[in-house]
Amino acid sequence: MKLKTFKMGGVHPDDSKISSGAAIEELPLPQTAYISMAQHLGAPAVPAVQKGDSVKVGQLIATAGGFVSAVIRSPFSGTVKAVEPRADLAGNMVPHIIIDVEGDEWLPEIDRTPDIRREITATPGEILAKIQDAGVVGLGGAAFPTHVKLAPPKGKTAECLILNGTECEPFLTSDDRIMRERPEEIILGAVIMMKALGVDKCYVGIEENKPEAIAAMKGAAAGYAGVKVVPLRKKYPQGGEKQLIDAIIRRRVPSMGLPIDTGAVVQNVGTSLAVYEAVQKNKPLIDNTITVTGKCLGSQRNFKTRVGCTYAQLLEAAGGAPENAAKFISGGPMMGKAIVNLEAATQKATSALLVLTEEETLRKPESNCIRCGKCADACPMGLQPFLLSKYARAGKHQDELEEEKVFDCIECGCCLYTCPANIPLLDVIRPAKAEVIKIMRSRPKQ
Amino acid sequence: MTTTILYTVLCLVALGLLFAVVLYLVAQKFKVEEDPRIDTVESLLPGANCGGCGNAGCRAFAEKFVKADGEGDFFCPVGGNETMKKIAGALGKEAVEKVPMAAIVRCQGTADKCARTNRYDGYASCKVAAALYSGETGCRWGCIGLGDCLEVCQFGGIRIDPRSGVADINADMCTGCGSCAKVCPRGVIEMRPKGPKGRRVFVSCVNRDKGALTRKACTIGCIGCGKCEKVCPFGAVHVENNVAYIDFTKCKLCRKCVDECPTHAIVAANFPPKPQQVAQPNTEKQ
Repeated sequence: MKLKTFKMGGVHPDDSKISSGAAIEELPLPQTAYISMAQHLGAPAVPAVQKGDSVKVGQLIATAGGFVSAVIRSPFSGTVKAVEPRADLAGNMVPHIIIDVEGDEWLPEIDRTPDIRREITATPGEILAKIQDAGVVGLGGAAFPTHVKLAPPKGKTAECLILNGTECEPFLTSDDRIMRERPEEIILGAVIMMKALGVDKCYVGIEENKPEAIAAMKGAAAGYAGVKVVPLRKKYPQGGEKQLIDAIIRRRVPSMGLPIDTGAVVQNVGTSLAVYEAVQKNKPLIDNTITVTGKCLGSQRNFKTRVGCTYAQLLEAAGGAPENAAKFISGGPMMGKAIVNLEAATQKATSALLVLTEEETLRKPESNCIRCGKCADACPMGLQPFLLSKYARAGKHQDELEEEKVFDCIECGCCLYTCPANIPLLDVIRPAKAEVIKIMRSRPKQ
Repeated sequence: MTTTILYTVLCLVALGLLFAVVLYLVAQKFKVEEDPRIDTVESLLPGANCGGCGNAGCRAFAEKFVKADGEGDFFCPVGGNETMKKIAGALGKEAVEKVPMAAIVRCQGTADKCARTNRYDGYASCKVAAALYSGETGCRWGCIGLGDCLEVCQFGGIRIDPRSGVADINADMCTGCGSCAKVCPRGVIEMRPKGPKGRRVFVSCVNRDKGALTRKACTIGCIGCGKCEKVCPFGAVHVENNVAYIDFTKCKLCRKCVDECPTHAIVAANFPPKPQQVAQPNTEKQ
């Protein structure tokens, strides 16, 4: 049978899933933890503790800063050392709550037993409240607050839930590992979200390069009505929300529209696990799975870490960086962000720490556009990257950029990856897109 | 044979004449009446099309200027007062004098003063780099040195010093059009009055971090200690957001702050060399 995939564009980078064999291990607790207030999309959280306060694991330490925002619960027990700005992975100053870790004392209502609780008693309203209260955000990368996504805006109804287990970025294996090791809990999380949304269908999209995960998820899904595992052909960026909807239910999200316009709600498998833990076990989102990988590293690891450890600590636990390590990336090589400050703290949606050598990161010199059209073929959104980059470089062409729908760009990097002339297409388009969106937002609404 | 050539030539000549007449008639019929003064004004403008005046180019400026009959807030920063006098004269008006401006780079974070902590290998544009992260040095406020300002400067007045990695403005070539200040994503470049004989005193730092952080990142940054604020007899210096700023409307160029500044972040440009610098406070007292 021919496997499904999205229709338009896409590239096939070497998947390099070299860490897929490493079982998830627990990272030891750090001495000091740094909890960022801006680890989700939307308004930053507002600190609710002060210097000197003692906190327990699961205690509320920051409240949501708006409707599209999420609360933050303490991943550690100890004393608040300071609430102050600290450099994040890109070197920008972001408010952090700094905790001196003492022991590991959890709030009593959190169920820490490994038993799987299958009975779902919460009503849809209770489910949403619990998810919001646990500070669950999308763990696919964008960290969009989950309770907002599970409450479709007025006039729109959800028809199905799509679980995103594609993990299309090269190198990343954290989703693969949790699907192999905790498949039933993920499916239960999906069932809970289906109840909250009032839908009876759920598709779990997993790419073909993860056969063990597909088998495990299929086995776990067998006992639950309406949940179907859909193996997908390997293609980047299949994990993009819009691409996944296209691949599985063959509907296209309209330009400027939301995924809910197609009747689908997409959630990452990690988010599903967090939802299960929040609703069934009262455990807030305080930890996640992070892959530490790189061809130059001695060992490939998948760690279960509390939110707020530093990248340096992860690296140390994996055996330290080799001498020829030149670039550290948080996330995958396609969409991840370069880390300039290894002392920065991990966040809820951090998926990987990737270490690359000088040779692997070398940029080839740029030459002239030969008008081959490869970038336009590769663009999964049907844009014309060569044209967008020309406008962006020339500057002052915001109207033309808007006409060419630059705002639809999902910044997947396919254009840049495929360009034979090594033109940094996405690099130039990205700031231009931000500018255009700013102009569009500043316009009075009609 | 000859008749063929003759016919061809005659035919083409006839066609040519016919088209000429048609074109002439069409041109007469659809003639665009334009104020001849626009051409006059345009010819008097520098013609750099830099956009420093806020218009799309010199022609656009001339059109607007003539349409408004020279009244209103029009100024060509490149041509300066002289050009304004000329074009106002062309319309029979008096020009309003303005202080000539010049661009200054408020950053001295050269490689030896502000250590590089990482290496940027992305697309060489300040705008792109600034959108991605805090920059190659420990300072997230200062000059990135990838030359966006150099690209927009129509007068060749900016260069990126290859050794220091910071933008350097050639005061003689700067016309004060302000396009570099507009394009700088960090807001490092500021437009200030040229000052008498090009002399000006300014705080060459925009780092808004607290003093300790600034110092860690750069040895010549403003730490916001406020000494300059206290020493200034004219109340021209104010420390806001951990960085001092000298108000050029109040500054009398006494340079007391320059001597007081512990990190040498305050720059006195185009003053005669040292011996006089010491003498200056004395003349101030007299």
